[in-house]
Amino acid sequence: MLHIKCPHCGIRSQNEFSYGGDATIKRPELGKEISDQDWDNFVYNRKSLRGKHWELWQHLSGCRQWIKVQRDTATHEIFKTLKANEEIS
Amino acid sequence: MTQSFRLERGGLINRDKKISFKFNGKNYFGYEGDTLASALIANGVHLIGRSFKYHRPRGFFGAGVDEPYAIVQLYRNGETEPNIKATEQELFEGLEAKSVNCWPSVNFDVGAINNFLKIFLPAGFYYKTFMWPKSFWYKIYEPFIRKAAGLGTASIKHDKERYEHKYEYCDLLITGSGPSGLASAYSAAKNGAKVILAEDKSRFGGTLLTSDVNIGNQSGKEWADSIISELEEMSNVTIKNRSQVFGYYDHNMLVMSERISDHLPKTKKYHPKQRLWYIRAKEVLISSGSIERPIVFGNNDTPGVMLSSAAKEYMKVYGVLVGKKPLVFTNNDSGYETAIEFKKNGVDPIILDTRKEPQSEIIEEAKNMNINIKNSYVVVAAQGYKKVKSADIAKISDDKEELGSVENIKCDCICVSGFWTPTIHLASQSGNKTKFNEEIDAFVPGVSKQNEKTLGAANGIYTLEETLKDSFEKGNRISKEITNNDNKVSFPNVVEKKSTVHDKFWCVPLPKGKNYKRFLDFQNDVAVSDIEIALKEGYRSIEHVKRYTTLGMATDQGKTSNLNGLQLVSKIENKVVPAVGHTTFRPPYSPVSIGAIVGREVGKHSKPTRKSPMHSWHEKNNAVFVDAGVWLRPRYYKRSDENLFEASKREAKNVRTNVGVCDVTTLGKIDIKGPDAAELLNRVYTNAWLKLPVGKARYGVMLREDGIVMDDGTTTRISENHYHMTTTTAQAANVLSHLEYYLQLVWPELNVNVVSTTEQWAGAAIAGPKSREVLKKLFPNSDVTNEGLPFMGYMEGDLFGVKAKIFRISFSGELAYEVNVESDYGYFMWEKIIEVGEEFGIQPYGTEALSTLRIEMGHVAGSELDGRTIPYDNSLEGLISKKKDFIGKRSLSRKAFAAEDRQKIVGVVPLDKKTSIPEGSHLVKDSNAPLPNPKLGYISASCWSVEHDNPFSLAILKDGKNMIGEKLFVMSPLKNKVIPVEIVSSHYVDPKGERVRS
Ligand SMILES: [Zn+2]
Repeated sequence: MLHIKCPHCGIRSQNEFSYGGDATIKRPELGKEISDQDWDNFVYNRKSLRGKHWELWQHLSGCRQWIKVQRDTATHEIFKTLKANEEIS
Repeated sequence: MTQSFRLERGGLINRDKKISFKFNGKNYFGYEGDTLASALIANGVHLIGRSFKYHRPRGFFGAGVDEPYAIVQLYRNGETEPNIKATEQELFEGLEAKSVNCWPSVNFDVGAINNFLKIFLPAGFYYKTFMWPKSFWYKIYEPFIRKAAGLGTASIKHDKERYEHKYEYCDLLITGSGPSGLASAYSAAKNGAKVILAEDKSRFGGTLLTSDVNIGNQSGKEWADSIISELEEMSNVTIKNRSQVFGYYDHNMLVMSERISDHLPKTKKYHPKQRLWYIRAKEVLISSGSIERPIVFGNNDTPGVMLSSAAKEYMKVYGVLVGKKPLVFTNNDSGYETAIEFKKNGVDPIILDTRKEPQSEIIEEAKNMNINIKNSYVVVAAQGYKKVKSADIAKISDDKEELGSVENIKCDCICVSGFWTPTIHLASQSGNKTKFNEEIDAFVPGVSKQNEKTLGAANGIYTLEETLKDSFEKGNRISKEITNNDNKVSFPNVVEKKSTVHDKFWCVPLPKGKNYKRFLDFQNDVAVSDIEIALKEGYRSIEHVKRYTTLGMATDQGKTSNLNGLQLVSKIENKVVPAVGHTTFRPPYSPVSIGAIVGREVGKHSKPTRKSPMHSWHEKNNAVFVDAGVWLRPRYYKRSDENLFEASKREAKNVRTNVGVCDVTTLGKIDIKGPDAAELLNRVYTNAWLKLPVGKARYGVMLREDGIVMDDGTTTRISENHYHMTTTTAQAANVLSHLEYYLQLVWPELNVNVVSTTEQWAGAAIAGPKSREVLKKLFPNSDVTNEGLPFMGYMEGDLFGVKAKIFRISFSGELAYEVNVESDYGYFMWEKIIEVGEEFGIQPYGTEALSTLRIEMGHVAGSELDGRTIPYDNSLEGLISKKKDFIGKRSLSRKAFAAEDRQKIVGVVPLDKKTSIPEGSHLVKDSNAPLPNPKLGYISASCWSVEHDNPFSLAILKDGKNMIGEKLFVMSPLKNKVIPVEIVSSHYVDPKGERVRS
């Protein structure tokens, strides 16, 4: 079970969180024209990386905040966590 | 019955307390402190089971967790448990055990015929033997294999025992209480660190209990006892025996199973049988020791062949002789210690040492005791079927290739020592990159991935002095970094006998003309020849060889077999062992009961049960409940001897003709506040929300980004910047997360707050043509006329002094209202509704009637919004705004979603107007078409229409728009039904929707 540092609550066990997918995907702006290909990339296409990966988790049984977590998908090492409004650098 | 193999004195057992037990129906006795294995051996019982594949007789090989085959079926306090190691099971009064893997009995076993039909069961037998002809599998192979194989029988009864889970945090977790565990725990404890010391066995001390050493003028055991009693007094230390740390998971979390009651005839009242500990440790010190490995020779699986360390443990801990004419077969000095122990107990052993002229302190001592030592000698094969009777031995050449002439000597056991394998399972599970240590021919932990260090024998350090020094030092240093204390512990004087190098010999060649089976993996019956076949057939990766031959699989996890298997592969492949690599060690290190893993989450405790504030009223009024997610909801209210069908029909009919009341507390409710609340709703729902006036409700549908319908419900504008959203019971939690996602991550500029209020409000739906009359009585001071409170209107009211929210919304399709009050007043509200409704014939209705009402109205619910349908499929396309963008809109223009013959919701009526249609059935054009019969759609929900008094179903049907009036067939292969049906509109009742507005 992972140990995730919620930027709001501190270190908590994984079972308080739920996974939310790739954190680098940006939702296209509302009302803007977008090609089928770009929309498909937003909705479906994910890289399934091995290694460092920014992903979203929600601290469901805690502060209910969505957070950004940089995790190694192979080793599960967690390098960094950010609040929802902090930009991935 | 006398214990003919029990020594007169010695051992750590309590000879004052006799314990009687039963094995395979026969009565025996042993002593308190025995294991089932030690007690059986004391009684001269060596045949304990049959092997998994060849059904060869099986005895004892080890004395603890390393035991590969003394596995029994245990009977305790009216329950039975499979897969119990006799070497681990402590004896208790009235214990009963039986052999497994033998049918009809351990002495006469039908499966042993496999042993003589070896052609049937070569390597990969799972994959190739029983595959053809295909038709044989169900009728012949499977029943036979099931009867003849398997490691015991799981009980099918409910387990009455209690199992607990515990979460714990510590600075240092130390796994094993041998010399390295005790020393490191002691110095860490002295520094004030929070320490957990776990010992798998019932006794602390590990090898100190059996080795002939002296620490600070005390015997090993005395020293261990004194350390333990000092640790027990320290408040920062938790010591646990009978506790196996079996898994090392991510971020330094380890799981330990504590056997609290397994050694007792019966679990004490209010005690659990076992407890599973989830331990998050800052640092882990692995002090799990090492396991002696066998030397491979002919028939080395015969009962009576066992590890030399086990023979010594049976003598020193249990006062039991494993044989009276022992042969010790060794490639190192450890075998000598066992031989010396035999000699001290008045038994004359013979040592066969593969080495030519070894010299050391221990060997010198054996020689001085006049023990018969044969150098450059090997055991070629054990002889005897159910027990070793003699051994074929021979001299071996210096290059270990040639055998001299074979002679046969009498013996009743063969104690074998092929040197020591560090127990690196936990280190390997943690992700440690293990490395091969040439000196000891075994893998040891290398570069750590997590905060773990390995000590002593588990790290390949085999002398006591070095182990203690290293462990005291590491315990001190690591704890110092955590606590900043530095309390040095003085190092005791250590006396141990020096040993010399071992011989890297591990497998005895076959003598000419002999074809003995030489086993590598005793639990899975994998012999040298099986590995040879696998390699001949082209398997190269050690992971593939493992799966093809089953080497190192199952509960054993290669404890005794791993390295010899690798030696063999590397020899045939002409590679060095590290190039072959070892297979992955997987948790659990040793079997854990399912009960311990499940813990308290069984039956009703497997999920929380949520009850509405009106629950006790429902109970008093004969409600039959149904699980709706985590909620308990009334399914129907039983009157006299009504069944489900009759009751729900009565309740639904009463709603259509009079008035009914339904507990809708379970609906998800989300409070939405803020100046941008309308904008949020406008982006989340498919229809327009910016112009909804205060005091009005609106029905809305929300999509996922992929265009699939996520949920539906009504949202009401309570005041300028305040909305009350309802969701379905099932999606309540997901919808809240969904809103939070968009507010926090996608549109943080929106000034809105959302919070769940599901539990804050109790809800009652009052539905039926007479519902307004009920409402007038409930709220005499409010104008609830059609003008005062029109369809989709909202107002606040005073319910006999309680503030209430009144929504004019309808799920049943009748004139209907939903009344919400604060949860604590829910019961009061409900009683009042029943009370004032009585004169109008009000009846409570449950979820079954609720379903009937919505199905015949064609209102969609979870069975249609099932994560596979878009708005069009549910005839909700009228709610799609063309003017604005919203979540998922772009997906709706994808080609498949816009197809002309797209599936759509329809109604289905059986032609005979009698036969009920099973939910989940398929719709087909021709019921006699050859399989696979093209499927046009499926039945999503079925009911008995109370309006039309015949069965009615909803279906999602291909090209549904153009199918109205068509005749099709409903097929349910599961229920073996074929029903001719007609397709009709999904709005079977009041298609114009006049009633809700009346
Ligand atoms: Zn948090």
